[in-house]
Amino acid sequence: MTVNFEVLLIILGMALVTYATRWAGPWLMSRVKLSRRVEIWLGYLPGTILISLVVPDLLKSGLAGIVAGFASLVVARLSGNLFLALLVGIITVWAGRSLVG
Amino acid sequence: MPDDLKPEPTEIEFSRAGILAGFRLSLPVALSVFAYGLVFGVLARQANLSLLEAVLMSVLVNAGAAQFTVLGLWTHPLPVLTIILTTFIINLRHILMGASIYPYFRKLKALPRNLSLFYLSDESWALTMGQFQQGKRNGAFLLGSGLALAVGWVGAAAVGYLLGSVVDDPRRWGLDFAFLAVFIALLVAQWKGRKDALPWIVAAVVAVAASYWLPGKWYILLGGLAGSLVGAWRNDS
Repeated sequence: MTVNFEVLLIILGMALVTYATRWAGPWLMSRVKLSRRVEIWLGYLPGTILISLVVPDLLKSGLAGIVAGFASLVVARLSGNLFLALLVGIITVWAGRSLVG
Repeated sequence: MPDDLKPEPTEIEFSRAGILAGFRLSLPVALSVFAYGLVFGVLARQANLSLLEAVLMSVLVNAGAAQFTVLGLWTHPLPVLTIILTTFIINLRHILMGASIYPYFRKLKALPRNLSLFYLSDESWALTMGQFQQGKRNGAFLLGSGLALAVGWVGAAAVGYLLGSVVDDPRRWGLDFAFLAVFIALLVAQWKGRKDALPWIVAAVVAVAASYWLPGKWYILLGGLAGSLVGAWRNDS
C-alpha cells in the first residue's frame, strides 16, 4: 500500500487537466454573450454529441450490436423507459453474440 | 429546442432530492461501470501500479477512457508529460458537454456548480441532459449521478486489483453495450423533429470519419461541434 512520489505527481497532473476540461465549458460560455445564435447552437449540442458517441461505436459493434441498437431505440421510443431500453439492448447483444459465436 | 431555451436565465434548484434522483436513476449504468472498473483494476495491477495508486487514480481522475489509455503508456521510466497530455486530449470532449450544460447551470452558486462538474462524464452528462430535456430542473442530478458512477468505478478498481486475473471480459455478458443502449435511449428523447435531421447526419458522418482517422476520443468532440454548428448556421440564414 505505497504511493510512489512520481506516480502521485502523475495522478495529480492527470486529475488537474481532467478537471480543467470539465470546468472549461461552462467557464468559456460564461465569458460569451448568450445571444440567440449561441443559444441555438447550444441547443443542438446534446443531440449531436450523443449521435457522435453512438454511431461510430455502433458501426464497430457488428451485426449483433446494430440489431441490439435498433431494439433499444424501438423500446426507448415506445416505453420511454431508460432501464428497459438498456436491458433489452444487453440481452439482444448477448443473445446475438451467443448465436453467431 | 431553441424554443424551450428561454431568453431569461433558466431557473434551477440544487437539493438533496436531486442528488438522490441522480444516484438512483444512474444505478443500472453504475453496474456496467463497475464491470469495466474491475477490468481497470486488473490491468492497473499488471502495469505495476500499487493498489493505493490505482484507487487514487480512479478517485481523483475519474475518467475511464483516459485511465485505460494511460495504462498502455505505463513503462519505466514513466513518460510523465506524455501521460498527462494524453489524458488532457482524451478528455477535451468534456468541454463541449460542459458548454451544453451551461444554460442550466449558470444560476447555480460557484461551489455546487464546480463540485458537480468534477463528476461530469459521458454517462452522467447524458443522463443529466435527459432530465433537463424532460423539464426537470434540479442541478444536483449531475452530482448524484456522478457519485453513483464513481462509487462503482472506484470500488471496482479495488476489487479488480485484488481479484487479479479472475475477472471476466464485460463484453462476454454484453455489458459493453450498456453505455450504447443508454446513449441511444437518451438520443431518442433529444429528437425534436425534422430540423434535427441535417445536424445529426453531419455529426454522424464527421464522427465516423474522425473515429477511423484520428486516435482517442476526438471523434466525439469533432462530430458534436460540426453537427451543432451546421444547425446554428442554418437557423441563422
